[in-house]
Amino acid sequence: MCENNAEKMSATSAESLLALRQQEELVDLPKDYPLSASEDEGDSDGERKHQKLLEAISSLDGKNRRKLAERSEASLKVSEFNVSSEGTREKLVLSDLLQPIKPSSSLATVRKQLNRVKSKKTVELPLNKEEVARIHREVAFNKTSQALSKWDPIVLKNRKAEQLVFPLEKEQAAFAPIEHVLSGWKARTPLEQEIFNVLHKNKQPVTDPLLTPVEKASLKAMSLEEAKMRRAELQRARALQSYYEAKARREKKIKSKKYHKVVKKGKAKKALKDFETLRKVDPTAALEELEKIEKARMMERMSLKHQNSGKWAKSKAIMAKYDLEARQAMQEQLAKNKELTQKLQAASESEEEGGGVEENELLVPDVVNEVHINANEPNPWMRRSCTSDAKEVEIQKDPEQPPEPMAHEDSESEGEESPVAEEETLLKEFEERRSLRKRPELNQDAEPVGGREAQDASSQEVLSELRALSRKLNKENQEKQSRKQKGNSVRAVLPVQREEPAQEEEEPLLLQRPERVQTLEELEELGKEGYLQNTELPRPVSQGQQTERNPDNQPGAPKKKKRKEEMIDLQNLLTTKSPSVKSLAVPTTIEALEDEEERDQKQMIKEAFAGDDVIRDFLKEKKEAVEASKPKDVDLTLPGWGEWGGVGLQPSAKKRRRFLIKAPEGPPRKDKNLPNVIINEKRNIHAAAHQVHVLPYPFTHHHQFERTIQTPIGSTWNTQRAFQKLTTPKVVTKPGHIIKPIKAEDVGYRSSSRSDLSMVQRNPKQLSVRHKKQLKKNSVD
Amino acid sequence: MKVKMLSRNPDNYVRETKLDIQRVPRNYDPTLHPFEVPREYVRALNATKLERVFAKPFLASLDGHRDGVNCLAKHPKSLATVLSGACDGEVRIWNLTKRKCIRTIQAHEGFVRGICTRFCGTSFFTTGDDKTVKQWKMDGPGYGEEEEPLHTVLGKTVYTGIDHHWKEAVFATCGQQVDIWDEQRTSPICSMTWGFDSISSVKFNPIETFLLGSCASDRNIVLYDMRQATPLKKVILDMRTNTICWNPMEAFIFTAANEDYNLYTFDMRALDTPVMVHMDHVSAVLDVDYSPTGKEFVSASFDKSIRIFPVDKSRSREVYHTKRMQHVICVKWTSDSKYIMCGSDEMNIRLWKANASEKLGVLTSREKAAKDYNQKLKEKFQHHPQIKRISRHRHLPKSIYSQIQEQRIMKEARRRKEVNRRKHSKPGSVPIVSEKKKHIVAVVK
Repeated sequence: MCENNAEKMSATSAESLLALRQQEELVDLPKDYPLSASEDEGDSDGERKHQKLLEAISSLDGKNRRKLAERSEASLKVSEFNVSSEGTREKLVLSDLLQPIKPSSSLATVRKQLNRVKSKKTVELPLNKEEVARIHREVAFNKTSQALSKWDPIVLKNRKAEQLVFPLEKEQAAFAPIEHVLSGWKARTPLEQEIFNVLHKNKQPVTDPLLTPVEKASLKAMSLEEAKMRRAELQRARALQSYYEAKARREKKIKSKKYHKVVKKGKAKKALKDFETLRKVDPTAALEELEKIEKARMMERMSLKHQNSGKWAKSKAIMAKYDLEARQAMQEQLAKNKELTQKLQAASESEEEGGGVEENELLVPDVVNEVHINANEPNPWMRRSCTSDAKEVEIQKDPEQPPEPMAHEDSESEGEESPVAEEETLLKEFEERRSLRKRPELNQDAEPVGGREAQDASSQEVLSELRALSRKLNKENQEKQSRKQKGNSVRAVLPVQREEPAQEEEEPLLLQRPERVQTLEELEELGKEGYLQNTELPRPVSQGQQTERNPDNQPGAPKKKKRKEEMIDLQNLLTTKSPSVKSLAVPTTIEALEDEEERDQKQMIKEAFAGDDVIRDFLKEKKEAVEASKPKDVDLTLPGWGEWGGVGLQPSAKKRRRFLIKAPEGPPRKDKNLPNVIINEKRNIHAAAHQVHVLPYPFTHHHQFERTIQTPIGSTWNTQRAFQKLTTPKVVTKPGHIIKPIKAEDVGYRSSSRSDLSMVQRNPKQLSVRHKKQLKKNSVD
Repeated sequence: MKVKMLSRNPDNYVRETKLDIQRVPRNYDPTLHPFEVPREYVRALNATKLERVFAKPFLASLDGHRDGVNCLAKHPKSLATVLSGACDGEVRIWNLTKRKCIRTIQAHEGFVRGICTRFCGTSFFTTGDDKTVKQWKMDGPGYGEEEEPLHTVLGKTVYTGIDHHWKEAVFATCGQQVDIWDEQRTSPICSMTWGFDSISSVKFNPIETFLLGSCASDRNIVLYDMRQATPLKKVILDMRTNTICWNPMEAFIFTAANEDYNLYTFDMRALDTPVMVHMDHVSAVLDVDYSPTGKEFVSASFDKSIRIFPVDKSRSREVYHTKRMQHVICVKWTSDSKYIMCGSDEMNIRLWKANASEKLGVLTSREKAAKDYNQKLKEKFQHHPQIKRISRHRHLPKSIYSQIQEQRIMKEARRRKEVNRRKHSKPGSVPIVSEKKKHIVAVVK
């Protein structure tokens, strides 16, 4: 029994302890409780059953057990539930009951609990409702504010941020497929329904607009393998087509005319070959082919297609004068015409063809041809010198000099020049031919030209210039030659180069390429030569033609001397301020004029401002300003004060001295040491209206503020990048984008996984209590 | 003929692509660009003047209501949609791009007290003087359908405000107590009270979504925690707070619009001193809404004007008014932070630019650069007297202007009196109370 009781007790909490306490109080109370149930347990089984039944019945009413216990009359002494100490005088204490039983672990705990219960006197009164609520609130508030303080760093960061870009999270625009959008949509209005009916009747796809049933049916009609094969075929065809297209496009893109020419030629050749084979295999077909060609020729003869008479051809003809390509295109067209109109014949045509070409060539003017050929040359500079020099040569050609040696020399020089292209030789031939053609005229012209040159070379600027150029070129050529002859002795060569203008002039210049300057010395010389040319332009060139023609005969020493002198001259030239320019007559006169003008101007200014002495005025003004800014003495003398009255009284000097308050010396003026400046140190009211008087709030020192003002931010003073950086706006928003409140996930925090709603519903106790109250209140209302 | 010409290296002036900007060689030698401060000052002055010249904030007026507009709500997903509830129980949905009303619902009998949209934008809730809370579909009724609410909840008392949770299917109403409702149920899942008072507005915190703030007519602001189903703290101010608004970027900051012409920004963890007192209105402040960037907020006042305050400044940066605008009851800042809407007594909803002189539409990059530069210049020289004067100058209606003068005099008198009292009483017996603390009566735990 006791065990039972103890077990019950051990299984529990404070409530059961309370119950125990009640039991203790009850200990000596009831007489009706039986002392022990052990005796009647054996015999009165039926009785107990009856009892149970009664219990069950009574519990149906929902009445509690206590009443039942009161009702029971089983025994006064014994009860399962309680002990009575009837008969003994002392109170029965629970611990007494526990004593005899062997100590067991479970009992120990019970005892502990008992002790604890004893040690407590009474349970304190529960706090009143307000207090409890207050505590709840305080706890909740602390919890919440702790939870909120996780936002502190983010808030701080955002407040201090140089730039914030909203919206914070990058939003991907999600597009729902049309089928999804449509699936939720239904036809409602009569019009819509009608349309849908029609669509349904025709079995048009409504939601999935990929294939109509008919299409599907046709798809089904084909077997799978067949369909696969067909698909593969189609795929292959498509791929091939695309390859071919790509290739064609690529080829079309190639700009090279040569390539296209080659391709065309290749095609023609192929056609010819085909024709040959055809002739062997099938003569009739070949004949037909021939007829076709003939027909084409006839058509061409009849038409004006390639006669240079179309719109395009006319436009090209205009351009032909300036444009090389246009010229070529025209020629090509003509050639095509010729080709088409030619009769197809065998063997003997070759001469005629040659003649044709000749003719063709002759049709085009000479100049055009020349340029055309020159275009093939490797050096573009050469082209220019070539044309000009050629003329020049023709002009300057010595009548005595026969053309043959020139040609010979040409070939020699060519032999020396290492890379000689075929075109060049061809070109040379042309050149020769042309010169031959022009010879008669030139020979006539040459003499007077030469004579004039000798007389007044200085006047003919153009000519001299040309000559200078040619000389330069020739020199290099000569140098090379002579170096070959003499074995690289530069010193010896130099005079040769310099003193041989006449011979050089005779040199053919056509095929010369400008040579690279190879050594430092050479470079120097080049420069000097330049000077020489400049200075010696007016000197008649043909001066010592005869004497200096063959340089090898001349003694070396005097030459050197001469050269030295010249060098000194050059030095002089360098040190004195470009006397060459001064020596020229016209510019000096101009300068003189300018000087005159300046003087005039000065004179005029002097005359105009003769009356006023600006400097003295300024000094006077400054003196006044200084005086005005000086602090004034204060004179406090009162005439007549402390003296006998009268008219015209003068305060004595002593008094005046006594009552005069001398003003302290002010700080030195800023413009004290600046003779031609007046600095006004007074505050300017107009400027003050724009000045800051008080240090603005966030700044702690005026230096800070001044520094921020003095650093410019405009793009006038800053680079583009710096400008952009300096002018970044603090907050950037995208137009038309919704800015959502900041989220914990955005800033890297884990938001609480449980939803607020579930938390509310998980708090049933508190809620239910409140809810009940609420309901009660509502019902009362 | 020899043609002489200059030759330049194309690398120096040819762009790599045509989208690149032209290369303009510049010499940044400071001696070539003297007087940088005066020149920038003049530019700043000009920028400030131009800003005032171009300040034309009023965009449109949406008319159609037949009674004063009592509440406004933004659509959470669509910038162009706005909902408004009027004092005659009518709810209208507006399209801002067309500036047209697209739907009209007679939602309640009597006032529409509160309106809020669901976070997904598919439906919205209204509550009115007829003690009901109604849920409506955002799209209009289909062909042949009646215009009727999805759900209607009939309550015991009048609900004076409503707000929807930011993430879940929960909404809160206020009246005699703050009720939290599940959308599916007809009874609140939780109600929270603290004393007996009529609560005028309730707002969910947009960041920590379990937090709620409410303000009641017995001058207090109460904070609640929905998860623990308990109020947290209460602060009592001098006068009644009309509504509060949470900062959408700072979880613990909210601003309260008070009857004493001021707005108070609080850190909810330290309610005894507001972070900032914003004063410029000359009559009761009726509504407040934060810019979605959290840097500014707009307030609507009984003095027929709306003002824009920076969060960290106690004075407004802008005031909007028109001749015909009467007491402004509700105000909202659009979700793209570009526009402001206000609903007022004389039945109109007005659309304003949030930045009065901003150019609308797409800006070219040069325009943008110029705008940024001007903005920076204005910032740099903002303390200079001329610039400050021009940028601060606003024309005000006579009523507001004279009110400001009057209140300035009153304030000065009060200050003088306090100083005098302090002078003539025992030292320390009249303590100096800061402006921030002056308006807080008590904080109740």
